[in-house]
Amino acid sequence: MPETLNKASAGAAESPAVAPVPVAAEKPRSLWSDAWRDLRRNPVFVISAILIVFLIVVAAFPGLFTSVDPDHADLGKHYLGVPQYSHVFQEDWFGYDVQGRSIFARVLFGARASIIVGVCVTLVVTILGGLVGMLAGYFGGWFDSLLSRLTDVFFGIPLLLGAIVVLNAFTHRSVWTVVLALGVLGWTQLARVMRGSVLTVKQADYVQAAKALGAGTGRIMLRHILPNAIAPVIVVATIALGGYIAAEATLSFLGIGLPPSTVSWGNDISSGQTVIRTAPHVLFFPSAMLSITVLAFIMLGDAVRDALDPKLR
Amino acid sequence: MGRYVARRLLQMIPVFIGTTLLIFLMVYSLPGDPVRALWGDRPADPQAMARLRHEYWFDRPVLAQYWHYLSNVVTGDFGSSFVTGRKVIDVMAETFPVTIRLALIAFAVEIVVGLSLGLLAGLNRGKLWDKLVLVITLLLISIPIFVLGFIFQTIFADQLGWTTPTVQNSDDITQLILPGAVLGSLSFAYIARLSRTSLAENLRADYIRTAIAKGLPRRRVVGIHLMRNSLIPVVTFLGTDLGALMGGAIVTEGIFNVHGIGNTLYRSINQSDNATVVGIVTILVIVYLLSSLLVDLLYAALDPRIRYA
Amino acid sequence: MTIIEESATVPAPRSGDDKGGPLLEVRDLHVEFHTRDGVAKAVNGVNYSVNAGETLAVLGESGSGKSVTAQAIMGILDMPPGKIPQGEILFRGQDMLKMSAEERRAIRGRKIAMIFQDALSALNPVLSVGYQLGEMFRVHQGLSKKDAKAKAIELMDRVKIPAAAARVTDYPHQFSGGMRQRIMIAMALALEPDLIIADEPTTALDVTVQAQVMDLLAELQSEFNMGLILITHDLGVVADVADKIAVMYAGRIVEQAPVHEIYKRPAHPYTKGLLESIPRLDHKGQELFAIKGLPPNLMKIPSGCAFNPRCTMAQDVCRTDVPVLHQVTEQDGTDLVGRGSACHFWKETIHG
Repeated sequence: MPETLNKASAGAAESPAVAPVPVAAEKPRSLWSDAWRDLRRNPVFVISAILIVFLIVVAAFPGLFTSVDPDHADLGKHYLGVPQYSHVFQEDWFGYDVQGRSIFARVLFGARASIIVGVCVTLVVTILGGLVGMLAGYFGGWFDSLLSRLTDVFFGIPLLLGAIVVLNAFTHRSVWTVVLALGVLGWTQLARVMRGSVLTVKQADYVQAAKALGAGTGRIMLRHILPNAIAPVIVVATIALGGYIAAEATLSFLGIGLPPSTVSWGNDISSGQTVIRTAPHVLFFPSAMLSITVLAFIMLGDAVRDALDPKLR
Repeated sequence: MGRYVARRLLQMIPVFIGTTLLIFLMVYSLPGDPVRALWGDRPADPQAMARLRHEYWFDRPVLAQYWHYLSNVVTGDFGSSFVTGRKVIDVMAETFPVTIRLALIAFAVEIVVGLSLGLLAGLNRGKLWDKLVLVITLLLISIPIFVLGFIFQTIFADQLGWTTPTVQNSDDITQLILPGAVLGSLSFAYIARLSRTSLAENLRADYIRTAIAKGLPRRRVVGIHLMRNSLIPVVTFLGTDLGALMGGAIVTEGIFNVHGIGNTLYRSINQSDNATVVGIVTILVIVYLLSSLLVDLLYAALDPRIRYA
Repeated sequence: MTIIEESATVPAPRSGDDKGGPLLEVRDLHVEFHTRDGVAKAVNGVNYSVNAGETLAVLGESGSGKSVTAQAIMGILDMPPGKIPQGEILFRGQDMLKMSAEERRAIRGRKIAMIFQDALSALNPVLSVGYQLGEMFRVHQGLSKKDAKAKAIELMDRVKIPAAAARVTDYPHQFSGGMRQRIMIAMALALEPDLIIADEPTTALDVTVQAQVMDLLAELQSEFNMGLILITHDLGVVADVADKIAVMYAGRIVEQAPVHEIYKRPAHPYTKGLLESIPRLDHKGQELFAIKGLPPNLMKIPSGCAFNPRCTMAQDVCRTDVPVLHQVTEQDGTDLVGRGSACHFWKETIHG
């Protein structure tokens, strides 16, 4: 199946100066425009995209939705106050936690840490893994062997296990140490996906044609291979993003992720588990938000994969 | 076959050395002086400290320490815990069987439930069953394992009273069923989705059309022609999943108070018990590498095209 | 390759063919595919028949509906998205479309077998060829594993695979393209079926190997006195092997004729175009003819004659009226036996 160039990333490629890549003139629909057409019609994609946009807005401007300070504690008045489900968007909508803080406000403000960790780790692993995978796949030979063994070394350490060990080395923990720990260990998956993808694309006739016409290595990699090899990487990265958010919460839950002073779902779930039997709502709301967020990214990745994989239509 | 195994075993050596070195460096770069910590707030005896440092190789460069450690590991000596004074090998011998049992339960759940759901969905693509399986597995994948642990605790222990919320006796296999199911749930969702995709994809393959054209009964088309091909990616996943299971064991064993390797590892990290941490991680890496070798061999057995690759 | 010269006139019916009618008859078959982009009408009223010992070549471009018709006969159409809204497929006089799934399965492989185009993807990559051949005997005749293997070796010998006994445990990818196609043929022949459908059996092969495989197929066909439906887009392959030809375009049969007649005097502009686009040595130096345009989109088949946008002879009537399959006659009006053309201007085409 001839994958045609991405319309968006190869917009400049429409100028006639570009090496004659077969843009499959007979086939007006390219892989990417076809995928986009598919996605717009897919309710799973629409729902998850709306959810993600909403979550990003919440993460960026939690103050838009509540004026309550998530750290404001009133032990005497609100200790484990139960949710008032009719008080939509009010302080006591989701009830209060052990320290008498508004869970509604904490759930909103907690989005920031999760989204930042998720997005940053994904950026780090995509760039790192993509680069390693591209170089290994394109150059092959001993260079590939070396990079692949290096990938194997890091791949040999389970993500959570390694992250615990790395995070233990830091006395001052923050969002960035979590990003570092997950990023350093998480790139192997994407490197493998990218390498496999590049190996396939490298054999394609249009790459051979570009080579025969004397295009430089950098140009071939950026113009011809990258746009055609990136699809599976995007899919895996989107799905992994949800996984990183879950991993951050798990690490915070174990007490070695974000510092306890940071408002985050993982921390709140951790403190909620002590009162799981008397006040389950303390655990429920941050858990629900966390699960919905992870779900949204996994659904997005799934929808994108289905759209990009014509085999499954 | 024999030569292939030998070559793969040789290839594992540099990966093993690299991974353990990486772990070693990370662990020993941890802040704090474990020798000084022994004395707590009391004034330390410099001579005793120097002796201990020498005895435990702390006064040598980290690479020398690593080499010393590795040559001991080859003889089966993982050293002694500096914190508890116990031999690391003894600690592992005590806790490993528990985690292996836990992992086996998780594995069984994954294979039985995951494959059945995958088969159900894959053969009925686009129908109600398929959609139901997709929704359930999606939910399972999205719910972090510790949240799932709490949900299972609440439902099966608190509400239904089938079992206790935490494990009282880690040697009792029936008590491990609940944590095992939690541990396996994430992966069984993946397996269900993976086998569904794989089955649905292979169902359209030309050789399936041939099998139907040969007049084979549906059971045979699915059971032999479809399954053999569709199981290949699932087997691969099961192998790499072992690492995830070990990571997940840290959380699951914590929630359910299982005295297994994950719990021990977590406690050791918090106590800066380096020898135990490195020992456990080393063993886990070996388990992981061996399981990926096993996967490759299974792969070759399932797919004749791989054999001389 | 002159095994079947005039066998069209002597279709010696096999024992058991009590009804005396054709072995297989397709009547007014329609097949459509319901996709999210719309309904693709792949087959739009096909009629043809095959007798025992006879070879029918079905000719057409890709998308003409020739393979879909074959799949409908075999009962291996993907349904959904495929659908057969009307038509009959009579095997020994019985409509297979009205049979139960189990009855049809009993016919598949045993009475009607199929040879696929690409043997590499049509054979299961993870099972040995011996297993895949022996499976026919194990499932349909209940043979033991050992006996089935012996039969498989016998079959491989029969289709002239060297060292059959040694290679029976090999896997499809270990064979060359020609050998793989022989295995496909062996598989189809296993139970000595009454009818074989060969869907472009030689397209994926080298020219020299093509001839060998076609020879083998023709030889085995006459030996077992089987009916053969040969689906191809290659006019060259057809001439030597076929008894009669049906040319398909956009899901319809546009011309039907005994094999040699069609080369001499085509009665449909499409057939004429196909014949003129074959490179010929005696036309060296002249420009090669090519039919203009592209095959029609099956979702939007042109009104009237589907070929009209590409036809050099098209008139207004071609854009409005669908031509029926006319009986083709000599200039004096005597019928040409077995000849039909679905062209409003068949007379001009054949005699003009």
